[in-house]
Amino acid sequence: MAEQSIFGEENLQQENKQYNTLNLGPTHPATHGVFQNILQMDGEIIMSSEATIGYIHRAFEKLAEHRPFYQVTPITDRLNYCSAPINNMGWHMTVEKLLGVQTPKKVDYMRIIVMELSRIADHIVCNTVIGVDTGALTGFTYMFQERERIYDIFEEMCGARLTTNIGRVGGFERDFSPKTIQMIRDFISGFPKRFDEFEGMLLRNRIFMDRIINVGPISAERALEYSFSGPNLRAAGVDYDVRVMNPYCSYNDFDFTIPIGTSGDTYDRFCVRQAEIRESLKLIETALNNMPDGKFVADCPEFYLPPKKDVYSSMEALIWHFKIVMGEVDLPKGEVYHSVEGGNGEVGYYLISDGGRTPYRLHFRRPCFIYYQAYPEMIKGSMLSDAILTMSSMNVIAGELDA
Amino acid sequence: MALTKEITLSRLQEKFGDAILSHDEPYGLLTIEVPADRNLDVIGFLKNEADLAFGYLTDLCAVHMPDQKGREIAVVYHIHSLTNNVRIRIKCWIPEANPEIASATVLFAGANWMERETYDFFGVRFQGHPNLKRILNVDHMEIFPLLKQYPLEDSSREDKDDRFFGR
Repeated sequence: MAEQSIFGEENLQQENKQYNTLNLGPTHPATHGVFQNILQMDGEIIMSSEATIGYIHRAFEKLAEHRPFYQVTPITDRLNYCSAPINNMGWHMTVEKLLGVQTPKKVDYMRIIVMELSRIADHIVCNTVIGVDTGALTGFTYMFQERERIYDIFEEMCGARLTTNIGRVGGFERDFSPKTIQMIRDFISGFPKRFDEFEGMLLRNRIFMDRIINVGPISAERALEYSFSGPNLRAAGVDYDVRVMNPYCSYNDFDFTIPIGTSGDTYDRFCVRQAEIRESLKLIETALNNMPDGKFVADCPEFYLPPKKDVYSSMEALIWHFKIVMGEVDLPKGEVYHSVEGGNGEVGYYLISDGGRTPYRLHFRRPCFIYYQAYPEMIKGSMLSDAILTMSSMNVIAGELDA
Repeated sequence: MALTKEITLSRLQEKFGDAILSHDEPYGLLTIEVPADRNLDVIGFLKNEADLAFGYLTDLCAVHMPDQKGREIAVVYHIHSLTNNVRIRIKCWIPEANPEIASATVLFAGANWMERETYDFFGVRFQGHPNLKRILNVDHMEIFPLLKQYPLEDSSREDKDDRFFGR
């Protein structure tokens, strides 16, 4: 913000001055994605900027109006692709809310494990990239091995790694195998030690702290006006977390804390994410230890594709398979808003069904689309290199931004 | 006493009377309908009353229902009172022939891009918006693609018959 300029407010107000225009992006190696910002520069200082977005717009909302509900799941993968399973789960829960399907506790606990694993993966990307942008590449290379382990777990669960399409409306396509559970146990026992090493390298590192404290700050009031959510809002000191405020998926069974920051700067965003990773680990461990017995899918044959081997051997399964695939299933009319705490904020689905096979209208509340508009305000008066850091610490994901 | 949906609704009806055209609670979310020219009155009242404090604009989008003549497009606001944890959905219907509504950017800084997105896809002109131009689509696009009259795919294609796929 202007007040924080190292040259003071009066210099920013100088009139009749020619500024240099600098195109930061759309394909700049330091912006980690397709982002264009047209900066007006006074030397190294950013006087004003304008963000251009939409370079990878794929018309998801239009596409979704032409896809049956289960075919919308792969679209949600491609929003925030750093934590695709959270988007999948959020979508399944939205449809379940529309249908009035009650999921068994076991499904909820399995979902919590999957969602918290992907939250860890998402935060690893963001925080290690803050390290990269400050010149500390080591943490990035080591922590990406951990992210790889999480992706191995996803691969074991559903066969895919990045765009997972994990789970189904009503639950999961299959139970966690013993190998999956072993892999999760190995991860939660091995990860903290390696994570401590990463954290020890950066968290109280004088150079790192001097570099990112007071970079790209935003006050709690402005953050709320801009409808910030997720770690960016919590770093500014507002304890809004969908998991606690509107518990879904049995999150109210669990005891966990919501870390918050005070100044809303890059360092606070970094710290909030670090602390959230530890909370997520606790959640995964508790969910795994208290995993209830029961079925891994709710009882809703009209919406849940039956197992393939049953389709070949049982008449009823074949009928349901046919009806679901050919779109003969009638859906209730109604409108639903459901939101989950995604990797970078409140991921919301506003679904209107007219009783047809496909959504009549589906709107994605994409957290980074909403908070990225504050970016010009956050970098005004700061140096170019601070703008890079601010962007990476905001966890702006191009796929989600452009939908 | 904690604020509830019922209290919110009665406060609104007390203040605006007949301007609350209808109210409903689909899937537990209080939904009201107000005339398009009163949108900022209602939202501003919800935001600025100390006990209501609906200060968080969760989402803003539009819906196109071409069958409803004269009120084809709904601008939908989802607003959240974080201190009371109550959500409300506000709908304003506007005609497709003249899709105009006052901009909420005077109340919420975050409405800026959400309204640009709504303009981009539905052509809703938000009066008083500081920078109403396309955001995700290319600038020279001539249509507003989420309106129902625009098909997803080229309708002249003959190699594909969507009737067989239930679309």
